[in-house]
Amino acid sequence: MPKLVFLATDIALYVLVFVIAFYVWHARRTPTLRQTWRGVLHDPAAMSAGVVLAIFLLIAMLDSFHFRPLLAPASGAAADAAPAYSTRTLSVLDALLAGPRESREKTYSVPLGTHQFSKESMLVDGKSVRDFPRLQFGGAHLKDPDSEWAGDVVRQSLMGVAGGILAAAALWVGVAFLRARTSRASLGDSLRAIWRRSTEVPWRAMLLTASIVAIFVGWVVALWPYYHVFGTDQTGNDVLFQAIKSIRTAVVIGSLATIATLPFAIVFGILAGYYKGRTDDAIQYLYTVLSSIPSVLLIAAFVLMIQVFIDKNPQLFDTGLERADIRLFLLAAILGITGWAGLARLLRAETLKLGELDYVQAARAFGVSDTGIMRRHILPNVTHIVVIVAVLDFSGLVLYEAVLSYVGVGVDPTTNSFGTMINSARNEMSRDPVVWWTLLAAFGFMVTLVLSMTLFASAVREAFDPRARAFRVRRAKPVPANLVVPAVIVPAAGL
Amino acid sequence: MINYIIRRIGYGILILIGVNLFTFALFFTVNTPDDMARMNIGGKRVTQDAIEKWKVERGYNKPLLWNAQKPGMEKVTDTIFFERSAQLFAFQFGSSDSGRDIGYELRQRVGPSIALAIPTFILGVFVVIVFSLLMVFFRSTYLEFWGVTFAVFLLSISGLFYIIVGQFLFSKVLKLVPISGFAGGWDLFVFLALPIVIGIVSRLGGEALFYRTMFLEEVGKDYVRTARSKGLSETVVLFRHVLRNALLPILTSTVAVLPLLFLGALIMESFFGIPGLGSYTIDAINAQDFAVVRSMVFVGSALYIVGLILTDISYTVADPRIRLS
Repeated sequence: MPKLVFLATDIALYVLVFVIAFYVWHARRTPTLRQTWRGVLHDPAAMSAGVVLAIFLLIAMLDSFHFRPLLAPASGAAADAAPAYSTRTLSVLDALLAGPRESREKTYSVPLGTHQFSKESMLVDGKSVRDFPRLQFGGAHLKDPDSEWAGDVVRQSLMGVAGGILAAAALWVGVAFLRARTSRASLGDSLRAIWRRSTEVPWRAMLLTASIVAIFVGWVVALWPYYHVFGTDQTGNDVLFQAIKSIRTAVVIGSLATIATLPFAIVFGILAGYYKGRTDDAIQYLYTVLSSIPSVLLIAAFVLMIQVFIDKNPQLFDTGLERADIRLFLLAAILGITGWAGLARLLRAETLKLGELDYVQAARAFGVSDTGIMRRHILPNVTHIVVIVAVLDFSGLVLYEAVLSYVGVGVDPTTNSFGTMINSARNEMSRDPVVWWTLLAAFGFMVTLVLSMTLFASAVREAFDPRARAFRVRRAKPVPANLVVPAVIVPAAGL
Repeated sequence: MINYIIRRIGYGILILIGVNLFTFALFFTVNTPDDMARMNIGGKRVTQDAIEKWKVERGYNKPLLWNAQKPGMEKVTDTIFFERSAQLFAFQFGSSDSGRDIGYELRQRVGPSIALAIPTFILGVFVVIVFSLLMVFFRSTYLEFWGVTFAVFLLSISGLFYIIVGQFLFSKVLKLVPISGFAGGWDLFVFLALPIVIGIVSRLGGEALFYRTMFLEEVGKDYVRTARSKGLSETVVLFRHVLRNALLPILTSTVAVLPLLFLGALIMESFFGIPGLGSYTIDAINAQDFAVVRSMVFVGSALYIVGLILTDISYTVADPRIRLS
C-alpha cells in the first residue's frame, strides 16, 4: 500500500472541483441559473471548448493524486519491519506514463528520432569515432533504423489513427444510443439528428472536437512506447511528457489565483458599496494603492520575500516536490492578493446600484441586519459578475505565468510549466541546427488551453451579460462559432 | 478645475505614502536585512561578520524606524526608513545593493525605454484602430468573422512566442535585423524595428476586439442612422462620424498608459538587450537587488498616479460636457 501524499495545491484543487460540483448542482436547481447556462450549453464553440477543457481538467486531476510508492523490503529485513517508502513523490499520471517518464536519453533528440541530436565520441570496433549515437529508448526496437524507420513510423501511425477513429466512432454511436434511448427514437434517426445539428445541445460540434482529440491521442499512444513523439530536451527528458505535466501547473495557476482573488474582492467590494462613506474611502484607498504598483514588480517583491522564507526554513518541507509545490501554491495566492482590485471595483459599483433598489430598502425597513442584507440580498445578485470575471481571468493568468517564469519570479525551476519550457526554448532557438520541438510542444498545448478557455469564457459572458449579445458576429447562416469579445483586454502579457 | 487637480494630486501623494509604507513593510519587516544579506552573499554558511559588513556597507545596520542613540532630529533621519523609503519622495534613490547610484542609472536608461515605447504606442494605436475599423466596415460578413477569429487566436498566444519566433525568423533565418542590441544614430531604427513590430502584434488581438466593441456600440446610435439617411457613404460615416465619437473613450483609456511607457516594456527590453528601465528592473529581480526593485516600485506607482490624473484632465479636454468638481 503506497503512502498517500497531499500537497497544498492538491487539496486546493479538490476543494475547487467540489465547489464547481456544488455550483453545478445549485445551478440545476435554480430555474433562472438553469436558463442562463442553457445559453452556454447550446453554443457550439463554447461546448467544443468545454470538451477540450474537460480533458485538460481530467489530466490535471490525475496529476493531483500523489503518493510515495512502497519499496520492496530489503533482503534480510525482519518480517515486521516498518515499510519503507520511496523518497520520490509520484502522481497517478506519473504512474500511468511511467514509460516515457523513465526512458531518459542523454540529451536532445528530434521528435520520433532514433539517434542523438549531437555527435559524441564512441568506440566502434576498437576505434574512436565521432558520430550520432543511437538513442537508448527512442526507436530501440529497430535493428537498422536507416531502412526500417520510415516504414515503422508510418505503420504505427496508421494503427494509432485507426484506433483513434474507432474510438471516435464508438463515441458517436454511444452518444446517439444514449440520446435515442431517452427520446425513444431509433439509433439511425438519432445519429442523423446529431449530424444535421437539429439537437438542442450541439452534439455534432462536441463530437467532432472529441474525434479530433481521439485521433491525436490514438496516434500518440501508438508511437509513444517506441519513440519520443516530441523529442527530448537538453537533459534527455521526454518533451511531450513535460508538456502534459505542465497542464496541471497552468490549471493550478489559472484557477487557484482566480479563486484567491474572490474573498478579497467580494468582501471588500460589497462592504465598500454597501456602507459607503468612510468604509468606502478606506477600501478604495487600499485597492488604489495595490493597483498603482506595477503588477510584475509587486509580484516580484512578494515572490522574492517568499523565496527568502523558503530558503530560511528548509526543515518545513520533506521533499523537493513539496518545496516546489508550496511555491506554486503561494504564487497563486500572491496573484490573488495582488489581483483583486479590478473585480472589487466592479462589485462596489454594482452594490452601490443595488443598495438603492426597493427590495433592499424594504429589507432594511423590516429590520434585516446589515450582514443579512449583504448575504441574502446583495451577494446573490452580484454573482454573475463574479462568474464572468473568474472565467475571463483564467486565460490571462495562464499567459501571465509564462512571463513571470521568464522574469524569474514564477514557479520553481524544477516544476514543469509552460513558462519554464518557453524559457528553455529561448536558448534552443538560437542553437544551430535549431531545436524547435520544445517551443512547438509548449506552444501547441498552451494555445489549445488558452483558446478553449477564451471561447468558453466569451460564451459565459454572453449568457450572463445580455448586453454583450450585441457584439457577436451576426450572420445570416447558422454561425459555426459564436465569438464574443472578451470584456477585458488581457493585461497580462506585460509587454 | 484647478481646485480639483490640486485635490487629486493630494490624494495621489497619499497613495504614494501608502505604497511606500507597504513596500517598506514588505522588504524590511517580513524579512530582516540579515536575511537579505545572507541571500545576497549566497550560501548557508555565511558568518555573522560578513553579514554585518554587508549591512554596514549599504547602511542597513541602522534601526528601522527610531534611532534612540542619536540626538535631536537624527533620531528620525538616521534610520533605514528615512534613508531608504522617505527620501524616495525627493527622488533620492540612493545606491543599489551592488553599490551603484540608482538615480544615475534611471536617467541613463529612460532614453532607450522611451525610444522603444513611444513608437510602439503610437503605431500600435494606429494599427489597432485601422484593423478594428475594417472589421466594423465588413461587419456581418466572412471577413469580419475571420478577423475576429484571427484576433481571438492572437489573444491566446503568449507574448513570449512572438518574441522568440520573431527573433528566430527575422534575425536568424532572414537576417534582416540584428538579434539584439542597441546603438544610437541611424542604427537605432535597425535595432528597434523588430521589437516595435512584435510589440504591436502582441497587443493587436486583445485591443482590436476591445475597440471593435466600442465602434459597434457607436454604429448602432441615432446619429449614425441620420448620417446614413443623409446619403453619406459608409466609409465617410465610419471614418468621420463613428471614429471621432468612439475615439473619446479610447483616447482616455490610453492616456493612463502614457506615463507607464517610461518604465518600458519589461520583457521586450530584456529579450532584445535594450538598456532601458525594463531590462534594469528584470536584471535587478534576477540579481535580487532589493534596493533597485524598491525604487522601481516607487517610480512605477508615481507614474501610474500621474496617469490617473492625466486621464481625468483628458476627459474634460476631449468631452467639454464633463466638468470636474
